[in-house]
Amino acid sequence: MEGRSKPGPWPGAVGEGAVIETAALTKRYRGGQLAVDRLDLVVPRGSVFGFLGPNGSGKTTTIRMLMGLIEPTSGAARVLGQEMPRAGRRVLPRVGALIEGPALYGFLSGRDNLLRFDAADPTAAPRTRAARVGAALERVGLTSAAGKKARAYSLGMKQRLGLAAALLRPRELLVLDEPTNGLDPQGMREIRALVRGLAAEGTTVFLSSHLLDEIEQVCTHAAVMAQGRLLTQGTVRELAASARARLAVTTPDTADAVRVLKEHGVHDLTVTDDRVTGELPPVDLADLNAALVRADVRVRSFGTERASLEDAFVALTGEGFDVAG
Amino acid sequence: MSRAETLPIGMPSLSLFRSEVTTTFRRWRTLALLGVLAAVPVLVGIAVRIETSRGGGGGRGDGGGGGGPAFIGQVAGNGLFLVFASLAATLPFFLPMAIGVIAGDSVAGEASAGTLRYLLVAPAGRTRLLLAKFTTTVLFAFAATLVVAASALAVGALLFPVGEVTLISGTTVSFGEGLLRALAIAGVVALSLTGLAALGLFVSTLTNSGIAAMATTVGLLITVQILDQFPQLSAVQPYLFPHYWLGFADLLRDPVYWDQIARNLGLQALYVAVFGSAAWARFTSRDVTV
Ligand SMILES: Nc1ncnc2c1ncn2[C@@H]1O[C@H](COP(=O)(O)OP(=O)(O)O)[C@@H](O)[C@H]1O
Ligand SMILES: [Mg+2]
Repeated sequence: MEGRSKPGPWPGAVGEGAVIETAALTKRYRGGQLAVDRLDLVVPRGSVFGFLGPNGSGKTTTIRMLMGLIEPTSGAARVLGQEMPRAGRRVLPRVGALIEGPALYGFLSGRDNLLRFDAADPTAAPRTRAARVGAALERVGLTSAAGKKARAYSLGMKQRLGLAAALLRPRELLVLDEPTNGLDPQGMREIRALVRGLAAEGTTVFLSSHLLDEIEQVCTHAAVMAQGRLLTQGTVRELAASARARLAVTTPDTADAVRVLKEHGVHDLTVTDDRVTGELPPVDLADLNAALVRADVRVRSFGTERASLEDAFVALTGEGFDVAG
Repeated sequence: MSRAETLPIGMPSLSLFRSEVTTTFRRWRTLALLGVLAAVPVLVGIAVRIETSRGGGGGRGDGGGGGGPAFIGQVAGNGLFLVFASLAATLPFFLPMAIGVIAGDSVAGEASAGTLRYLLVAPAGRTRLLLAKFTTTVLFAFAATLVVAASALAVGALLFPVGEVTLISGTTVSFGEGLLRALAIAGVVALSLTGLAALGLFVSTLTNSGIAAMATTVGLLITVQILDQFPQLSAVQPYLFPHYWLGFADLLRDPVYWDQIARNLGLQALYVAVFGSAAWARFTSRDVTV
């Protein structure tokens, strides 16, 4: 069964390069809630893959299916080339995961928490356990707090201990479900720096987030979810480029600028403070600038602005980001 | 990292079981339960001591003393009987309640703490995790029984004379053989609790609340103990898990009556098989969303 590449339901055709691949993956919870709806996802090896979507869009549900915690209602998922949840015993030792925040034994020290999670992996040799735990603590900067009871940890420390558990073994894939949720800016920076470091070592990182700028800062690839459906996926650059660049003029004479631009065929004009933006017209921008100056519009700056991922998202959903819930 | 750190998949590993045992026995709750169990023989011993000194030091070896738990009348004459009396006193509720707490919390407690998902992605394996939980609960049953027996032996030797043991059948055996029989009784008592351990494990797979699972298991225990008292229910009583519990006294006969003990152990095995399978079927197929 394994290793045979069936063309069947798999849409990606990325084959060997994909670390995660799903085909029409669907989950309807017992309450009737359709949480993930025919998801076709392809996560290339070596990418830092942002899984973006507002709260309730099905990110955690997808991750639970990928990790074998819940059974898909229909469809299929492959992780590291093998079907989940069936191949969990073979796949999961090569995957580190942080799902819906850290969960620890409060009555155990940080070190003992890691010893327990390491002991739960039947492929982790007991003889090297202490060394693995020590290295993981070092990696997330918790060596000096390793003896403290986990219940005394701050949220940021708990998150880092959770990450340490995900890093006990050398992993091919790291799955991080909203890893910066609830952290202060300093904690967020620490986690992002860790993620960048891991990615630089060649680990594929699958990172879910409801924060656009987080994805834009650390990810090479992204997929956008809304209400259980995949809206788009690709490289972050492609996605941003898919939203068209806009014309931007800064001027104190915004009313005149709008009139002149409209006369020259610029649509969808919006004014914020001293900035006028609009769709790029099919005319030469130099002529447009000259027309503004001729009409006595005092232009401070004139040019095109690159679209952001946020623009792409707004273009995709037709609405702002924090709407669905 | 080197290959030496990775074991082949499917190789049996006791790591999780060992981790389970140390984690369970390091919780203050576990230690508190064992502490309460250790205190019972102390209280019983002191009560008997006060009673006998008030009654003029009588009752030596005559086994009278109507009422109260079994064997209580012989304690003043032979401290070893405090072991039997304490086990008889704790077996109806204290001991099984402690087992119910540990068994009920076993899976549900991990679920409510959220650690269950991390054990499963480690990947502990659902069957392996369930086995580790069950064997640890059984180990706790043995530990709890031994704590009662050891505490009783210490208190008994401290407060009362010890020596040759007069069995229920009237025969007298040496103190050494009496001790051996006490050990055998502790073993049978611990095994008596395995059915409840399986029942609690099953309850524990049904909910994500450790408290609810513990309360349900203990509630079931109390209900079944009450049902076991009604003569009208005599038809079903042989299938109630506590029905033969106090049959361990037959180990104090010469020759030993094995009938009740065998029935008890058979019934426990049946409960382990039925509720163990139910727990497995439930846990290996359920969605873990906490
Ligand atoms: N255990 C559950 N039972 C029923 N519905 C659930 C459960 N978990 C999540 N949902 C629902 O499924 C949808 C997707 O949730 P989730 O996957 O947690 O989204 P996200 O992680 O993107 O915030 C939501 O509408 C949520 O209410
Ligand atoms: Mg989520």
